[in-house]
Amino acid sequence: MAEGAGSRARLRAFLDRLRSGDEVAHLLTLIFASAIFFVTFLLVYELWQNSALSRHQFGWHFLLGRTWDPVFENYGALPFVFGTTLTSALALLLAIPLGVGAAIFLAELAPPRISDFLTFLIELLAAVPSVIFGLLGIFIVVPLLGTTVMPFLKATLGFLPIFKGPIYGVSLFAAGVVLSIMIIPFIISISREVLLGVPADQREAALALGATKWESTWKVVVPYARTGIMGSVFLSLARALGETMAVTMVIGNDPKISASLFAPGYSIAAVIANEFSEATSALYINALVELGLVLFLLTIILNALARLLILATTRRATGHA
Amino acid sequence: MLSLTALCALASVSVLLFILGYLVYHGGKSLSWSFFTQLPKPVGESGGGMANAIVGSGKLLLLAALVGVPIGFMAGVYLAEFAGSTMGFLIRYTTDLLNGVPSIVMGIFAFTVVVLPMHHFSALAGGLALGIMMIPIAVRSTEEFLRNVPHTLREGAMALGASKWKAVATVVIPAAARGILTGILLDLARVAGETAPLIFTAFGNRFWSSGWNQPTASLPVMIYTYAIAPYDDWHRQAWAAGLVLLGLVLLTNIGARWLLPKKAHVARG
Repeated sequence: MAEGAGSRARLRAFLDRLRSGDEVAHLLTLIFASAIFFVTFLLVYELWQNSALSRHQFGWHFLLGRTWDPVFENYGALPFVFGTTLTSALALLLAIPLGVGAAIFLAELAPPRISDFLTFLIELLAAVPSVIFGLLGIFIVVPLLGTTVMPFLKATLGFLPIFKGPIYGVSLFAAGVVLSIMIIPFIISISREVLLGVPADQREAALALGATKWESTWKVVVPYARTGIMGSVFLSLARALGETMAVTMVIGNDPKISASLFAPGYSIAAVIANEFSEATSALYINALVELGLVLFLLTIILNALARLLILATTRRATGHA
Repeated sequence: MLSLTALCALASVSVLLFILGYLVYHGGKSLSWSFFTQLPKPVGESGGGMANAIVGSGKLLLLAALVGVPIGFMAGVYLAEFAGSTMGFLIRYTTDLLNGVPSIVMGIFAFTVVVLPMHHFSALAGGLALGIMMIPIAVRSTEEFLRNVPHTLREGAMALGASKWKAVATVVIPAAARGILTGILLDLARVAGETAPLIFTAFGNRFWSSGWNQPTASLPVMIYTYAIAPYDDWHRQAWAAGLVLLGLVLLTNIGARWLLPKKAHVARG
């Protein structure tokens, strides 16, 4: 009897809580939130599962093979890995000085109203769809580079192997330039935020010691924010590696490895975009999915690293303030 | 050195102005009423439009919203109102990871989950890919706007005897509604321009697609196929489509800035 009463009381307490709704709301939102875990898990599972054929057949040779031949079912991804790495590196090389310079101006030197307005415009630039960059890439950047910039580089620095060879226009070089334009907004907006997070007493101390505005910025504020700026660079690198449309439209889509930046190339994302809907055999699809897996792992690692770096800087800043 | 950094900033901004100006100039010349009302013409015939791609993009965005908004919104509510610190960290971190996944990989995912079992391309697959891409931003903007609601509102509601969920549902969420809706609009604008995840999921179509289970045209994929084709007339159409797409995306972004409460911060891609 007493036992029955006890369980009835417990049941009533439970029903009370149910009626008040808190438990239900908690559970319901938790279910939706867990869907994020589920989707992420399923994403990894599908990439792993659907690349099994290719992983078993080629092993590590997949990443080192130089031939990509759907007819004889021989798949080596090195030309794509090469193209992705080279174009992303070139993009960073061009974008970092410009992006960090602009971020310094926006965070430290510009009057707040101007800085806010320019930052808004730069956020708009980040919102431009990549296919639009591709469109402008094909019809403006490629002809412009092919008729003026590349002949100029060839004439002046042509003794370097990277500036040798015939000029087609579509090239690794063009892809790098378009990518750099696309990642600049990300470098700017994250670096700016990191710079703005540097405590004011750092600047004031430098100025009090007689430093000029530029000295306090360049020798105190920027070094303080260095880790966070590195984070923004890693984040942009992850974007550049995964960028598909704009690169596909200007890189030339030719799976060759050449020393010259003027030669056409190919990237991981571009080959997936071009060949996926035409892949007929299971092994072909598996090889393309494995490329996706490689891309996924690369960007995940870079993202995880970038977030840690940015977190470390902001932590330090708040600790000081 | 000071002026050099100003030059960097100006150069970056002028890229946007250049893109805008060029598209308005080139796209505006080729834009006509028939662009919005007609189907694409066969190669060789000039004229025609992209009515099917505009409707197709709308369908894909609707599907994407059906997938992304419920999950993103509810997960955002969970993070802001109910989550403990461990669970909160895990979900935020996973969301960030999901946000970093390249869009083409999302396309592969939708392909393996929808296209492979069904053996054909469909709007459903494209919508799923875009919907999953919407989740991270929807989560973050919902959470942030809910957190911006002053604690006094919550406490006031609960002091009047409301249970926690009632306080959240009838006081906190309505107070943050404008911000959350704006965040979702921005999220839609972002995936509206995505091309890579659609190429081998929604694929493309030169005619009207009936229903949700057929290959479907979309504006970004049309721009891509038209731009790489060797026909001048198609290039003109690509410019027109580019102008329409960019106009939509930028207007949404500018509109969001007006709609948003001052000082609010929106998570962006």
